[in-house]
Amino acid sequence: MEPLGWIEIIARVLYQFTPVWIALIILFAVSAAFKRKLGLYGKLFDSPIGMIGFALVMFWVFTGIFGALDLIITHDPLAQVSGLKNKVPGTALRDAEDGQYAWYLLGGDNLARDVFSRMVKGAWVVVQIAPLATLFAFMVGITLGLPAGYYGGRLDTFLSFLANLILAFPVILLFYLLVTPEIVDTGVPSYMAAVLFVFPIVFLAVLLNSRYYTRPNFRTPLLIGVLGVAIWLYLSLISTNGYLVNTRAISIPALPRTLDLFDIPGGILVVFVSVVFVNSPTVFRIVRGLAMDIKTRDYVAAAQTRGEGPWYIMLWEILPNARGPLIVDFCLRIGYTTILLGTLGFFGLGLPPESPDWGSTINEGRKLLSIYLHPALPPALALLSLVLGLNLLADGLREESLKD
Amino acid sequence: MGLFILRRSGVMILTALCLTFIVFFLTNLYPNLEKLAKTQGNFRMSDEAVESWLGSHGYLQPLPVKYGQWLGVMPGWTHQGDDGVTGRCLRGTVTEEEAAQGRRFCGILQGDWGYSTVFRDDVSGIIATRLGLTAKLMFWVLVLMVPSALLVGVLAGMREGSPLDRTLSTFSIVTTATPEYVSGVIFIAVFASSTVGLKWFKGTATSAMDSANFENFFLPVLTIALYGMGYIARMTRASMTEVMTAQYIRTARLKGVSFRNIVMKHALRNALIAPFTVIMLQFPWLLNGVVIVETLFNYKGFGWTLVQAAGNNDIELLLAVSVVSVIVVLTTQLISDIGYVYLNPRIRIS
Repeated sequence: MEPLGWIEIIARVLYQFTPVWIALIILFAVSAAFKRKLGLYGKLFDSPIGMIGFALVMFWVFTGIFGALDLIITHDPLAQVSGLKNKVPGTALRDAEDGQYAWYLLGGDNLARDVFSRMVKGAWVVVQIAPLATLFAFMVGITLGLPAGYYGGRLDTFLSFLANLILAFPVILLFYLLVTPEIVDTGVPSYMAAVLFVFPIVFLAVLLNSRYYTRPNFRTPLLIGVLGVAIWLYLSLISTNGYLVNTRAISIPALPRTLDLFDIPGGILVVFVSVVFVNSPTVFRIVRGLAMDIKTRDYVAAAQTRGEGPWYIMLWEILPNARGPLIVDFCLRIGYTTILLGTLGFFGLGLPPESPDWGSTINEGRKLLSIYLHPALPPALALLSLVLGLNLLADGLREESLKD
Repeated sequence: MGLFILRRSGVMILTALCLTFIVFFLTNLYPNLEKLAKTQGNFRMSDEAVESWLGSHGYLQPLPVKYGQWLGVMPGWTHQGDDGVTGRCLRGTVTEEEAAQGRRFCGILQGDWGYSTVFRDDVSGIIATRLGLTAKLMFWVLVLMVPSALLVGVLAGMREGSPLDRTLSTFSIVTTATPEYVSGVIFIAVFASSTVGLKWFKGTATSAMDSANFENFFLPVLTIALYGMGYIARMTRASMTEVMTAQYIRTARLKGVSFRNIVMKHALRNALIAPFTVIMLQFPWLLNGVVIVETLFNYKGFGWTLVQAAGNNDIELLLAVSVVSVIVVLTTQLISDIGYVYLNPRIRIS
């Protein structure tokens, strides 16, 4: 087999992304056709910047999903093929078997693995963790920020002090303290997970109860149903092999293994927890500021006069009116979380060393950067384009939400 | 104002105490101590050997006691060995008489920052040299970052919606979306790679520690500056566009003042209040950038020390690093608050 030229490499890479292009075209065609009926999401298609951002984000989301379904990748991201160590893009496999893709499109890395397939697989790691971690950080930030802003006083002083305490930590120091195998051994991340993951349940319970407590016949079954599922998910999330923590010193039993829905490997859990932990104080500050601003509005006074409870006012009067800035910040924060995940990978923390996530790949590639460029550049550019897309999307959303 | 500063300093000390206690707690968890013992002693130590090593080095005392000793409010530990006395305040092994005469308290209150187990040197000395090196880096970062960010922001904000504004805004969004480890890798690939690329600069900054010049120092400085720049530029742009739509600018325009004079004399001063706060609050982020860039370019400054200390669980060095960074973060917050009040007459008078 002959090595490929640059034009052919680009053409073949674009061809590999075919499922992504199809999905993008369908998504954009459907959304543009119904954009008047879709609210803020539809309005996004009026702003070119927002559309570019959305396209970039969805490109990587689809790449992540289809990559996980093995539709895009050309080789196994962990397989090593002899003779392709550090080979330049477009190098042909020495003796390709039938059904095996005959080239390394973007070259081979230090361990002779396919750079292209690893980059595509890396998208899945980000698409899985970043939005979910941001969502959890928002739950924590909202559940604590609303009462802090609404009640003020001692509670506010205390919670703000805690938030500033976490914010005063240099992020990397915090990562180095939390995300090491030794700390995972002590079970500290499991305790933190057990505490942090309670917040979404509290949030859901208060949200539904404050709305429907006047109709107990409807509320009680609703709460039992929703909380039952939520608590089951919570217990499955925090328990591994039937234990919350199982170390030499201490072992706390949790959900039995038969009821456990899914297991999260310790490495991923600690990454997830620390990212949520780092993000939530900032969200807390934003929500607190918004709550302090909105609680002086007339409709809040009207609700108070009507005799609504404080949690109803916070969750059903203040929160919906704070959604604009929160949605914009949510997009920006997913980008920031992506950067944090990359930072973790860059320092080789948390995720296993053979993991194809972008930060780890950049870290591996940088060691030989002055001689071989191609292993480090694709993941770097991928991360750059995803974060750029999220920032542009946030900009577009901000512009459109300010219009009305 | 005096009371305000006093109160803020009180909060600052409380925060520093809480933070160092958290760091102390996390570094003193048993698996971390075990790792420390194995790296200091040897890797094939048995559990009993680890236990006795930790005991003879004072690591097995209760946590509050150890923290008190580090602070200098409790007497340092001593250990009676076969060939003499070792202790926190003693260097090496000494006889009993010498131990009795030596100092009993040695914590940060006495100005003793402890001993680094990785570098085998006094922590205060290490921190001083490394901070000096990082200060040099930070100085050039600020020299590059602040003027260019303000320039970009003002140019973009003076005519909102113009092609110049669009171009510069896109540029600042791109820089905020590029973390240091991405831009650093791209810069090394483009400017410093030995196979392809331009070979204008060097890919490492190790030689810049002794003699910094444009060739070996520009890339790390640019990498840190670029990430912070976009954010400051966007803030400046937002504040500039707000000022440019204000009534007094319209009045000046109607009176026939030239556009140049409006920007330079009327708008600029008011537009620069908000960016000042942002620049000060940017310091904690720069600290992050410093850690990444110093690792990437192998420049052995403060950030590099943090990575070494954390990677090897060097407790006292890590504590010193966190104290310094907490002080940096909180002082810049304080300065930004005071500066904001000082620059903005509306708040100062009310």
